[in-house]
Amino acid sequence: MKIAVCIKHVPEGTTHRRINPETKRLDRSGEGAINPFDTHAVEEALRIRDAESGEVLIVSMGPAAAQDSVRKALAMGADSALLVTDDTAGGSDLVATTNALAAALEPENADLIVFGQQAGDSDGAVLWAAVADRLRRPMISQVAELTVSDGKVTGKRQTEFGYDTIEAPLPAIVAVSDAINEPRYPSLKGIMGARSKPQRTVTVSELGVEAGSVGEAGSKTTVHALNDPPPRGDTVKIEDDGGAPEKIVEYLAEKKVL
Amino acid sequence: MSTLVFLEHHEGELLKPSLGVLSKAADLGGDVAGVVLGSGVRELAAGAGAYGASKVYVADKPELEKPLPQPRVDALAALIGEQGFDTVLFAATVLSADVAAALSARLSAGLNWDLTDLVQQDGSLIGKRPALGDSVLVDVGWTNEPRLALIRSGTFDPKETGGEAQVEEFDVQFEDFSLGATMIEQAHAESEGPSIEDADVIVAGGRGLGSPENFKLVEELAQALGGAVAATRAVVDAGWYPYATQVGQTGKTVSPKLYIACGISGAIQHKVGMQSSGVIVAINKDPNAPIFEFCDLGVVGDLHEIVPKLTELVRQRKS
Repeated sequence: MKIAVCIKHVPEGTTHRRINPETKRLDRSGEGAINPFDTHAVEEALRIRDAESGEVLIVSMGPAAAQDSVRKALAMGADSALLVTDDTAGGSDLVATTNALAAALEPENADLIVFGQQAGDSDGAVLWAAVADRLRRPMISQVAELTVSDGKVTGKRQTEFGYDTIEAPLPAIVAVSDAINEPRYPSLKGIMGARSKPQRTVTVSELGVEAGSVGEAGSKTTVHALNDPPPRGDTVKIEDDGGAPEKIVEYLAEKKVL
Repeated sequence: MSTLVFLEHHEGELLKPSLGVLSKAADLGGDVAGVVLGSGVRELAAGAGAYGASKVYVADKPELEKPLPQPRVDALAALIGEQGFDTVLFAATVLSADVAAALSARLSAGLNWDLTDLVQQDGSLIGKRPALGDSVLVDVGWTNEPRLALIRSGTFDPKETGGEAQVEEFDVQFEDFSLGATMIEQAHAESEGPSIEDADVIVAGGRGLGSPENFKLVEELAQALGGAVAATRAVVDAGWYPYATQVGQTGKTVSPKLYIACGISGAIQHKVGMQSSGVIVAINKDPNAPIFEFCDLGVVGDLHEIVPKLTELVRQRKS
């Protein structure tokens, strides 16, 4: 069983994230880390591999620094990695990213492709569905409980209306929720071993993808302007000295919401 | 502009967020059509006329009975191919996000998501998207057609303007891979009391309640205020309260006139689901909780003391 896990290298959550006003792209110059949602996808793939036997391939697309996130996934226990890195691919939107990522995934012929439930930087929760359509594979998203057996994958998930159980034949694509598992921390042995695992780096042209279909050239959406969000007004903060309930009632009455 | 709005439905009713997007499309002008996909849904389609659709396209097929995305992509691609809409709008849900994303790949058409507004500016359509934890409002656009957009759930209210929609059926040929995934089971989560999407007042509980039993405090306050009860993702995941009440990124987006957050830290996942509420009151014992940065009234204190007294005062006032 071959499982591919798609991961994204995102600006570290603890540092101040900003959008570069010149390029109108997210500033990726600072420290980066593996998208936290994707560690759940890596964990789930490792668990399936350990139960079923097989291999886990990490696939990422991003700047050269994305190597750090790839190595983190290898240190967790993945077997090999493929990083698509190309200056022309910067600023790719959903369509452009799909063009490159699907081209990277297709020749790998993975039985199962796993995504995390969203990108921590762009808040996008869309890539798996686009890749599934391009690779013409069945897809299950938001999976909180996953089983693989008899050539098929079964996912349980929550929607707005309750709980769905969906089944799909392999090869398939699954996006997992971060409620699915508790990702492991890489062991020292895992960290030491990560460097010697097979890691390939490819450019967009090596994937046979035209330069015009990735990056800003291949994108079908654009950013016009960055603005401040509408202000919310000032916060009134009080410490409860026993009189808080009365103060809340007064405040609500004043705001005419009582 | 010729706009198609994806009209999602559940248990024989068109969803309110879908109808809200339809009303917004009607405000933007041009030809506005809706599309209803499912099995046994012809009756539903006509109802969209009252919210601004002049035409509603229907694909009524057994393959579309279950709420699975991929057969819907085949249907929309066929319809867009025939009718040539320049804009296709979706109210974001678990289902519609997958449909829109896959359609974007199918048509190589640009998709912008999480939009909180759509405006016409110098003859082009601009989407407003809050980013980086809603600290920036980004103006986004499209470089080709059709322009695909996912609108943050609960952004637009449906406006009933009256009017009739012409209903037209269309045929769909399904791709094999689109029928690969099958729904084995659908279990419905029941929630009691008013639905949080419709409530003017919401009282929400988080992990700070300490135990599932303490949701009683929240329920009593909600009842006194005539409101609904909501929960954070953490307590839903912990099994304290049903998913149907979950507010936030992976739950519902709400904008009541009053939102009272009890024992909720205000993680970004929760914030995006409730920050457009009218008045936000937060009660939390941690003075550094992020919710104090975006509430209107922040009360640092023990909710177990404050909430019962508050409930009592509200009851007195209302009686």
